[in-house]
Amino acid sequence: MKRALLIGVLLSGVLALVPLTNDAYWLRLGTTMLMYGVLALSWNFIGGMAGYPSFAVAAFLGLGAYTGAVAQKFGLPMGWAWVAAGLSALLFATLLGAALLRLRGHYFAIASLVVAEVLRELVNSATELTGGGMGLNLPVPSMISVQAQASFFFYAMLALVLLTFVATVITTHSRLGFGLRCIQQNEAAADMLGVNTTAFKIAAFALSGVFVGIAGAIYASWVHYIEPPDVFDVLYSVKAIVMVLLGGAGSVFGPLLGAAAFLTLEELVWRKFLEVHTGVLGLLIVLLVMFLPRGVLSITQLWKRPKDHRA
Amino acid sequence: MSQPTAAMPTNATPLLALDHVSRDFGGLRAVSDVTLSVTAGEVIGLIGPNGAGKTTLVNVMTGVHPATQGTIHFAGEDITRIAPWQAARRGIARTFQIVQPFPEMRVLENVAAAAMFAGGLAHGSEANDFAMEQLRFVGLGEMALQPAATLTLAMRKRLEFAKGLAMRPRLLLLDEVNAGLNSTEVDAALDLIRAIAARGVTILIIEHLMKVVLNVCSRIVVLHHGELIAAGPQQEVIRNPRVIQAYLGRRYATDPSAQVGDRS
Repeated sequence: MKRALLIGVLLSGVLALVPLTNDAYWLRLGTTMLMYGVLALSWNFIGGMAGYPSFAVAAFLGLGAYTGAVAQKFGLPMGWAWVAAGLSALLFATLLGAALLRLRGHYFAIASLVVAEVLRELVNSATELTGGGMGLNLPVPSMISVQAQASFFFYAMLALVLLTFVATVITTHSRLGFGLRCIQQNEAAADMLGVNTTAFKIAAFALSGVFVGIAGAIYASWVHYIEPPDVFDVLYSVKAIVMVLLGGAGSVFGPLLGAAAFLTLEELVWRKFLEVHTGVLGLLIVLLVMFLPRGVLSITQLWKRPKDHRA
Repeated sequence: MSQPTAAMPTNATPLLALDHVSRDFGGLRAVSDVTLSVTAGEVIGLIGPNGAGKTTLVNVMTGVHPATQGTIHFAGEDITRIAPWQAARRGIARTFQIVQPFPEMRVLENVAAAAMFAGGLAHGSEANDFAMEQLRFVGLGEMALQPAATLTLAMRKRLEFAKGLAMRPRLLLLDEVNAGLNSTEVDAALDLIRAIAARGVTILIIEHLMKVVLNVCSRIVVLHHGELIAAGPQQEVIRNPRVIQAYLGRRYATDPSAQVGDRS
């Protein structure tokens, strides 16, 4: 546990040097990668640890973005707007989890998929509050240069990904993480052994919502303008899942590695195959998941004892 | 013949008491009007033909399929409507007819989970040490660090025992723990059951092997078509004509070493 935390902090230290390059392209890419890291680590709580295929990431992201934006519209300072976004995603995930987590497998997946669509329609029709389809402008932070702003949001995302990572490490080594692994392996047996499966699953779902909510609010502040199809895009849910599968589900570093790998692929493929980049990217993902079903992280374990995959 | 009940002539509160318990699945009554009590410290056998409702009865006791009618009390408390995890925490442990390990977790982790969540031990060394003790007790100490999926069937059955014990149960429900084992393995399991009973754990055994039932159970209850058709001391029950007709078979009555169900 201490080793994982140490590696996480060291990694953040190295990443903290990126803004020193003063390169707008790398800063943008870096901030996106860190956001992807938050999405992947968050999905890992419910999808990787508990084994419940959630498609709710887009719903939490959009909810967070709009909570943050609307809170700022009503005069809340940016930092507090982010906190409010996290809290609203936490509350929403808890209530949603209580309702949805009675479903299993495909049924849960489909139900969670619909949530983002419902929220998008709600935001679309609440024109007074959210601007509806017109979108919502956010106040530009009072920082001198564009460069300083870019660095600021990079560091904000970096702090959030570190927070999510620490939460992941703590959960993995706690009673909650242990119970979630039991649920993932055999839910009925876990129930019989005294695991309060409903409460554990709701806790995992809440954890998978709160950091994504904050990420949504930071994203909204970063890009200054949000509209429903952008932040409630179901692709965010799909990407989070793909990143975790790429990196290694249920582990601590897998989702981070997956996020980095995914963004690299996305960026390279987009540059080389501008016309057909989504098709090529999809094909690459299919191949990777087929030949490395336990993720990129499993390569390191080929040399270790088989079946030993504790993070 | 009067309606049989399994009530023991004792003035102590029974550990487990089922009062006119029924369980329906749609139009099918799987368990019908069962009244039964289990006294603390006893080893009781539950027998009956396939489909008699034995496993359903265990599911009713552990909250998997709550009773449609009737009430269940455990140590004086009404547990008719509790969830399986609550039953586990109150001290009702069960093993499964079809073993249910967490396949990719280590054998030790499987047992530690039971010690933590049902046994109330702290996460970490407290649960792990207690789990290790149970593994040694059932003879799986050597396998502790292996993934549960690598165990043989006989070992998985032992793992079920270890998990059951790690839950620190007051009542242990053993659902066909000997099915699929050879006679040496059954003998070993018998020793284990006796050793567990000697620790003061109350045991209810569902079993087809009469050898096991006659060896360890002081009392036997017989289920047939969901109904309790006999209950009482083992020698009395195995001579009961209804039990012979419904389950044991005629030949069994004259030669107890014969296989159950052998009706030639």
